[in-house]
Amino acid sequence: MKLAILGAGAVGRSVADLAGEYGHDVVALADSKSAVADDAGIDVERALERKAGGEPVGSGAPEDVFETDYDALVEATPTTLDDAKPGFSHARRALEADRHVVLANKGPVAERYDELRALESDSAGSVRFEATVGGAIPVLSTIEDETPQAVTAVRGVLNGTANFILTRMAAEGLDYEHVLAEAQDLGVAEADPTFDVDGTDAALKFVILSNVLADGGFSLSDAAVDGIQNVPGSALDLAAEDGRTIRLIGEATREGVRVGPRLVPENGALAVSGTRNIVQIETRHAGSLHSSGRGAGGPETATAVLSDVGRLE
Amino acid sequence: MTMVDDAEEPVESIEDAADESADEPETDGGVRAYTVRLELVDEPGELLRALAPIADNGGNLLSIHHERGNITPRGHIPVEVDLECPPDRFDGIVDALRDAGVNVIQAGAEHYGEEVSVVLVGQLVETDLSDTLSRIEDEVDAVVIDLSLAAPEGTEGVASARIRLAIDSGRADAALGAIRSIGSDKELTVVEPLLGGETA
Repeated sequence: MKLAILGAGAVGRSVADLAGEYGHDVVALADSKSAVADDAGIDVERALERKAGGEPVGSGAPEDVFETDYDALVEATPTTLDDAKPGFSHARRALEADRHVVLANKGPVAERYDELRALESDSAGSVRFEATVGGAIPVLSTIEDETPQAVTAVRGVLNGTANFILTRMAAEGLDYEHVLAEAQDLGVAEADPTFDVDGTDAALKFVILSNVLADGGFSLSDAAVDGIQNVPGSALDLAAEDGRTIRLIGEATREGVRVGPRLVPENGALAVSGTRNIVQIETRHAGSLHSSGRGAGGPETATAVLSDVGRLE
Repeated sequence: MTMVDDAEEPVESIEDAADESADEPETDGGVRAYTVRLELVDEPGELLRALAPIADNGGNLLSIHHERGNITPRGHIPVEVDLECPPDRFDGIVDALRDAGVNVIQAGAEHYGEEVSVVLVGQLVETDLSDTLSRIEDEVDAVVIDLSLAAPEGTEGVASARIRLAIDSGRADAALGAIRSIGSDKELTVVEPLLGGETA
């Protein structure tokens, strides 16, 4: 497949880097300011070198991406809330041109799922978004295999930063501010960790899951969201006395979306450590399935994008 | 219940492994906990008289919740007794209580059949912890079995409390919803258990 990649952050760059290994050609790569495009395939290595050196990725404008002979648009620009622009506009433009769209950007499927599906049904192209939920963990494809109707709920940990902070607080008896600073030093938490610790990032992923289970109808404003900022070390200590711990847990069902700090058994499946993510898919006929792994990171998320591309063929 | 990690333990035979289902209720060697709700006449010795048939018939008393302040419409005192016994002996205990003339209002695992723990975080002392607990007992229709408090910043600061509650079977979701609303009234963070799935 010929891929046009919008967004040259960690995920976009990794998709470009790994595409060849998965048997695909990259015909365009753009960041917010410039693009490199060539129907015969761009020189990925050179483009990534330019990006790493702080130069423009190419001499073209980002818009040029849409003029190439691409089969699938990889939308890996930063997630935005509400109108989910420009990610949503990019996806619309590709679908209107009867091309496929593979999203790493959560915005369009969390905030405007129904509109996106409507555009898809009028298009010869289709939309896939495995990378938006749980990074490398195959969550949506598992639900697709089980069929969404046979899945009653999805629960789990889908934010590595919050999980890292809670794990360290419990293990070291340190308070929230201290562990957050440590996480920032380690690069586990961003300079502005708001969306990770207030539950927004996890909520977007569980909203996407509810949309998949219920075939639409949800956006972030429908989710009940609490973060971990108000969880002190003493709460983790009390939980531990009872053989439990606290994790930022999300729940997606057809009825709604909820994210908040919850008590879980200390040695239970959902009490993963560090930045690890886990989902528990509750099925009608097959009990619960658990998948755990890396929920973020450039190459990890890129594998989910490229798996989606593979399913389009 | 926690998940069974098969890899940790050597499996002796396939039959044994198949028997070890994580879904089996835990029986602790065949003993189960029950709650019996009684009504006693307010006379000296009544409580002792009511408890004797339990021990005499193989029950082990766990706790007694004696609501002296509450009087039933008939002028009796409600008493809740938690006990444990082998399941096949429970009916015998209830029969023995009734034979002894004790008024058994409710008996069995159906009533107060579930335990849940929640952790409350915030200005617990300033927001009157004992009022918070009574509201939970009244509005949630639960019994506070156990309370642990951690206030590392002193009573003026942010404190945490773990509360273990006994609630009616099947009412956990409603009870947690009610605790959530008490929490938001008092600006407390409520850390609820995760129910459902195989992790509760």
